[in-house]
Amino acid sequence: MTDLTQAQVRERIEKGLASRHRKEKLFRGLGIGSIAFGILAVVILFTDIISKGSGAFVQTAIQLEVHYDQQVLGIDKVDDESLTWANFTGVIRQSLRDRFPSVAGRSDKRELYTLISSGAPFTLRDRLAENPDLLGKSERVWLSADDDVDTFVKSLKDSKEGFRGRTSDQKAGWIEQLLESGELKKRFNTTFFTNGDSREPEQAGIRAALMGSLFTLLVTLALSFPIGVAAAIYLEEYAPKNRWTDLIEVNINNLAAVPSIVFGLLGLAIFINFFELPRSAPLVGGLVLTLMTLPTIIISSRAALKAVPPSIRQAAMGMGASRMQVVFHHVLPLAMPGMLTGAIIGMAQALGETAPLLMIGMVAFIVDVPTGVTDPATVLPVQIFLWADSPERAFMERTSAAIMVLLSVLIVMNTSAVLLRKKLERRW
Amino acid sequence: MNKQILATSLAALTLATSQVAMAARDYISIVGSSTVYPFTTTVAERFSRATQFKTPVVESTGTGGGMKLFCQGVGESTADITGASRRIKQSELEMCNRNGVDVVEVQIGYDGIVLANSKAATPFKLTRKDIFLALAKEVPNPNGSETLVANPYKTWKDVNPALPNTKIEVLGPPPTSGTRDAFAELAMEGGCKKFGWIKAMKKKDKSAYKAICHNVREDGAYIEAGENDNLIVNKLVANPNALGIFGFSFLDQNTDKVQGSLIEAQAPTFDSIADQSYPVSRPLFIYVKKQHADVVPGIKQFLAEFTNERAWGEEGYLTDKGMIPLPTMKRQQVANDVRKLNALGNLAAK
Repeated sequence: MTDLTQAQVRERIEKGLASRHRKEKLFRGLGIGSIAFGILAVVILFTDIISKGSGAFVQTAIQLEVHYDQQVLGIDKVDDESLTWANFTGVIRQSLRDRFPSVAGRSDKRELYTLISSGAPFTLRDRLAENPDLLGKSERVWLSADDDVDTFVKSLKDSKEGFRGRTSDQKAGWIEQLLESGELKKRFNTTFFTNGDSREPEQAGIRAALMGSLFTLLVTLALSFPIGVAAAIYLEEYAPKNRWTDLIEVNINNLAAVPSIVFGLLGLAIFINFFELPRSAPLVGGLVLTLMTLPTIIISSRAALKAVPPSIRQAAMGMGASRMQVVFHHVLPLAMPGMLTGAIIGMAQALGETAPLLMIGMVAFIVDVPTGVTDPATVLPVQIFLWADSPERAFMERTSAAIMVLLSVLIVMNTSAVLLRKKLERRW
Repeated sequence: MNKQILATSLAALTLATSQVAMAARDYISIVGSSTVYPFTTTVAERFSRATQFKTPVVESTGTGGGMKLFCQGVGESTADITGASRRIKQSELEMCNRNGVDVVEVQIGYDGIVLANSKAATPFKLTRKDIFLALAKEVPNPNGSETLVANPYKTWKDVNPALPNTKIEVLGPPPTSGTRDAFAELAMEGGCKKFGWIKAMKKKDKSAYKAICHNVREDGAYIEAGENDNLIVNKLVANPNALGIFGFSFLDQNTDKVQGSLIEAQAPTFDSIADQSYPVSRPLFIYVKKQHADVVPGIKQFLAEFTNERAWGEEGYLTDKGMIPLPTMKRQQVANDVRKLNALGNLAAK
């Protein structure tokens, strides 16, 4: 080692300074670049989904002068039985013919009838059931239009021609007539939030899938959180450190990485074939997802327990607290925020899962909104998948709209987790 | 805090188990083919609207997967009905019978697959042999020896001198699609069988035979255009030289833009598919578990709705969804059989 003068040291440092600064800048640039890339990807994803999906929240409706003619309906009084058999389709066809009297010929008439959704007769049925005095009278009603009409009308603003698809020139002419006279408008699509799935896009809704997801997650949360936390507390606070607990730890870490379809197969074999629980039920879905999320919750709960400083335990012990008192009075409240984070991550994972549900029959066409954990149900991601696969053009925007609903559920879940954590968090 | 969690979870558990104890299945459970899925779901929805029964739950599991679930046995946890885009196999029927399941067969209609091109071009007149030679990955050596070579054909004229001198360019569904399976089985295998020595292989080495007949070339002549048939139609309009493969319903609804190629001198029309003279069509079935007909509420009524003229008739709502109806006589006969719920004994017998 030679002795360097101060000037020499300074010189050497200054020589390397430029390259050190450069490296610093480069690294910072890389960091900013990757964040920018992430944000860009999110922005592109969101604009794509929102631009495609926003259309699904409005729905084209057509106003018709409807005459509840006893003869056409084939009923003379309003009660449950007659309403079931009444020919409301005939009433709608009659008013369509009245609106466009020039349409003649079988095939033209058939085409005319396709302006209105095949669900419209049920709208009329409900109206008449609510207000039996209408029998024999007329009223002006807004009825939802068929999905082909809906797609055509929505595409009109993009180009003058619009997306014709299955819409003929003649039909387009009728639609333009209705548009000009104000008998065709776009209204908020309440059906999307009140109905279950349907083969007709204009009658399809997200509610059954949303409720299915809710029930499934409820079962998952009710089972996986207590079991996961209990397991974590035992392993962290009570269990002796030996070969067995090492083995258990390795297994838990392994399970966290097992592909989720495997849990579905397990669920099919155990819950459905052995315990004979019903297929397609949120209860079984919840049980399967519990198996899937348990490792995540146990691992994060253990990490949260480890993060509590030993001094807290020692102080409590020193004051004469029993082991259980130490855990429940001191350690657990401090570890709770971390455990909650783990639980929320697990739940979010469970919310987006479809593969294990395939095996237990939750990838299904569900029309009725489930009311309990044993009713047949499907979940949001499955609904998205089923709609994305459908040939009808109008399902495309519904797919994106369903993704928006799924994302907002996730955002609500994560926000509440952050708020809850903030509230419970204690600093030392 | 922990006590509360424990209490709520316990409450949830007891609630769940008590509900399970009460639940006897009061809805119809349907599994099976994804090709039949749009039709069964449509009927399921209309059926529940028109009656007081709960909406049947329809799972799309594929024909084979559906058969497995269906033939598992009799009881609440097994499916009542399965959809199939081909007839039940003898082995599947035996599995069903072994597990005590009596099967009622209902043929519901046909499904046609078309090869179409833009209306701006001249229509193609193809044979299944042309289709096989143009699209297979390996074809018999053009010099006539019984060996296979990688598909050398570049233009339709190379395949058959009667065809136009344009590049082979076919847009079709990816291998995950049922349409693709059916196309391979009906069109390509149909042409492949025309070679006697390949047909002879079927008995000796079934998997090699299948590989020759079903494998589609991957050198760019066959373009996987995704599952969206509307997209294929639009691409055909933009490119008059290309052919596209899709379901008949899309041809029917886009007759202003595209035209179907003649196969074995038969144009794909509603009638030619219905009477089976058009070769690339297949029957669609649903299979019903006889033992469940009186146990699960609504099965008989569901079948009545399915076999009603307003559903599967020539102007029924299922034709709007793209199903080709059976001939009128056959419909009446099937509807009668369904009412009697005659179980399927042996395949050869029918």
